[in-house]
Amino acid sequence: MATTIVPGARQHGLPPGPRTQVHTAAATNESALARRALIGVALAYLFVFLGLPLYVVFQEAFRRGLAAYAAAISEPELLHALRLTLLVAAIAVPLNVLFGIAAAWAITKGRVRGRTLLIALADLPLAVSPVIAGLTFMLLFGMQGWFGPWLRAHDIRIAFTVTAVVLATIFVTLPFVARELIPLMEEQGVTEEEAAVTLGASGWQIFRRVTAPNIRWGLLYGIVLCNARAMGEFGAVSVVSGRIRGQTTTLPLHIEILYNEYDFTAAFAASSLLALLAVVTLAAKHLLERSHHAARARIIQEQEEKGS
Amino acid sequence: MTAPSIASDSRVGSTRGRSRGGSGRSVLPGVRLTLGFTIAYLTVLVIVPLSTLFARTARLGWSGFWDAATAPRALAAYTLSVGTSVVAAVVNGVFGLLVAWVLTRYRFTGRAIADALVDLPFALPTAVAGVALTTLYSQNGLIGALFAPHGIKIAFTPLGIAVALTFIGLPFVVRSVQPVLETLPKEIEEAAATLGADRWQTFRRVILPALTPALVAGMSLSFARAIGEYGSVVFISGNMPGRTEIAPLLIMSKLEQYDYGGATAIAVVMLLTSAVILVSAGLIQRRAARRAA
Repeated sequence: MATTIVPGARQHGLPPGPRTQVHTAAATNESALARRALIGVALAYLFVFLGLPLYVVFQEAFRRGLAAYAAAISEPELLHALRLTLLVAAIAVPLNVLFGIAAAWAITKGRVRGRTLLIALADLPLAVSPVIAGLTFMLLFGMQGWFGPWLRAHDIRIAFTVTAVVLATIFVTLPFVARELIPLMEEQGVTEEEAAVTLGASGWQIFRRVTAPNIRWGLLYGIVLCNARAMGEFGAVSVVSGRIRGQTTTLPLHIEILYNEYDFTAAFAASSLLALLAVVTLAAKHLLERSHHAARARIIQEQEEKGS
Repeated sequence: MTAPSIASDSRVGSTRGRSRGGSGRSVLPGVRLTLGFTIAYLTVLVIVPLSTLFARTARLGWSGFWDAATAPRALAAYTLSVGTSVVAAVVNGVFGLLVAWVLTRYRFTGRAIADALVDLPFALPTAVAGVALTTLYSQNGLIGALFAPHGIKIAFTPLGIAVALTFIGLPFVVRSVQPVLETLPKEIEEAAATLGADRWQTFRRVILPALTPALVAGMSLSFARAIGEYGSVVFISGNMPGRTEIAPLLIMSKLEQYDYGGATAIAVVMLLTSAVILVSAGLIQRRAARRAA
């Protein structure tokens, strides 16, 4: 087997890159006091800016006790918002997975022209404010929009419906899978797939048996990030949904409604569900990063061995 | 995790150079299909929606655009947006560098958790961040109550906006600087020490210049994210026109009044601002990289 395994360097969840040896020379290390002070300040900063907001969500959610919390999260409107959030993610994420795989395949395996432009376009939604993203869909489907008169003539409504919420969510989450897969598949090259072609494999067989095993961790990593954003999107969805209570309100929009009504227990109970999603996302991300980076390091090492 | 890939035996005799740089057409199936799908998807979901902004601006005409884009309320919103985003980017530059340094250079208990927590602003929905920060920094919140007796109000002031923007931009600098710090050869620090530099001189003269491109990249990403941010700010800002109304909020309130033209004009100004920032950051990075090399 040509496969080599990266020796134990990556077992502690360290980020990628060649590890430098631990140096003990005093000249290239800070004094113990400085070191402790730096760690202290950094941890205090992380605690105040990241730890406390997370803590306060659960503290406020449970402020009036477990019974009030249970009542708040079993409210019909909240459950409707939760179902809608799951539905939107269940449509947007698979579509963007399909897009991510197709784009990565065409760009990295197909050696197509204009690849830089395609990559830039696929990244563009990250650079656009969510509110502006929402605005563009209103300019398309709203009453004064491009398709507005036509839609009205045919009695089709898109603005302020679940359809618009789904479209806006697809837009903001579009880059996440593609931007994980493109660099990964680029590093892998096309030789394995080309060999499979000579052996008579079909396109789907090649993807399933050759490409998929190589990209699975990167793919899963992209899906986790895409899903977190899809379930949490607020600005873009806020614009296109019209915030029709009980109809187009996803969980983040429902939080806003409850908060503006000063129903803080309910607002934070709803928030706690999304905060839980964030914690699960972070844990999954952390675990996947290890496998993802180990797989990537292995590929790079293989390529280097063959190159030398 | 370490399972060998199925086809690794069949790659003998090929080289990476050929597989990457080859200019011949691919023999792999499905390229046309996937390329067609990619282009169609990007056209429908990215190109067409974004082109509406320019079409709507054209319909406004130059004077209509200028009036909407330079109204006093709009100017106040840009100033506030840019000002608070700059503050957030600078705070994140300083503390992001510190956090990246501590996470890559030192080993201590809780390091893995701290490292994972850095990504929280990416994972936590902005609305949740918004209500949590507002609760923390309002006058009777955990942090707000510490400042209130000194006459410092945080929530519902520009200071609160800067806090929210610092929160959402925090991961960018850390995640840009971390990989560079990891691969920085220890030898150059040893060389500096051998030449008599103390630790601080080594940091300022040797390490910092090598980190500058990544630092600038992280700060400009933090800025670009901050300038468009809506969810985490809408709760903490109080949304007073001319005082605590950032540009995305102004777009939102124009939309609520069905003033699509006005909203578009402000959106175009914002998009141009972030484009200018990202392009000039790219130039600064390239110059810093040349100087460090």
